[in-house]
Amino acid sequence: MIQGMLIAALTLYGVGIAISAFRIIIGPSLPDRVVALDMIGVMLVSSIAIISVLQGTKAYLEVILILAILAFISTIAFSKYIERGVIIDRKRND
Amino acid sequence: MIEFVAALFMLGGAIMAVISAIGIIRFPDVYTRSHAGTKSSTLAVLMTLLGAFIYFASEQGFYSVRLLLGIAFVFLTAPVAGHLITRAAYRASVKMADTTIEDELRDVIKEVQEETKEEKENLQESREKTEEDVEQTDNKESDQERERE
Repeated sequence: MIQGMLIAALTLYGVGIAISAFRIIIGPSLPDRVVALDMIGVMLVSSIAIISVLQGTKAYLEVILILAILAFISTIAFSKYIERGVIIDRKRND
Repeated sequence: MIEFVAALFMLGGAIMAVISAIGIIRFPDVYTRSHAGTKSSTLAVLMTLLGAFIYFASEQGFYSVRLLLGIAFVFLTAPVAGHLITRAAYRASVKMADTTIEDELRDVIKEVQEETKEEKENLQESREKTEEDVEQTDNKESDQERERE
């Protein structure tokens, strides 16, 4: 019963990730794609939590934190790139 | 019993994730899409991680701090990321949906731009003045050198 529910939840997450990947493919502008990418990262985090529950191990729990941090930083870098065209600003001496 | 509640949490989170995915494919422009992509998917990941936390706590007696940290981190960063990407989209002048009827931010940005334009002009004038001064002093120095020769 519980295992069936967990597998159903994992399948639903797979469906969600597939739909977001479709938005990445057809997205008309770059921010659309970045929003969908951020959402895929969040969904991957929770599907990894479900996988670690399914296998009964705590070994995957570090992956959750690292994946969340990476998704956040990549979104920030993309938004900076869209806004200014550069990612790392340098102070220039005029 | 508690495991069932945990599994129910995770299933509810998955349903929320599918709903937000439907939102991201159905909404008309990037601003509404980011609304669907950050809010409801945050709720989905919160419910799923909470279910995993309850499951590990009841099944193995293991209170995972990492899951709580993950919950706190996603809860803090998802709105920030959504705000940043929407702001970048607005600055890059991504088109709004055709049904949009009001854009209050445009007027404010126009005012601020005019103010900074005036400031820039003032700055330019003062800079030109100082450049003229510098040129005059340069001419004086060159005259003095010529006299010495």
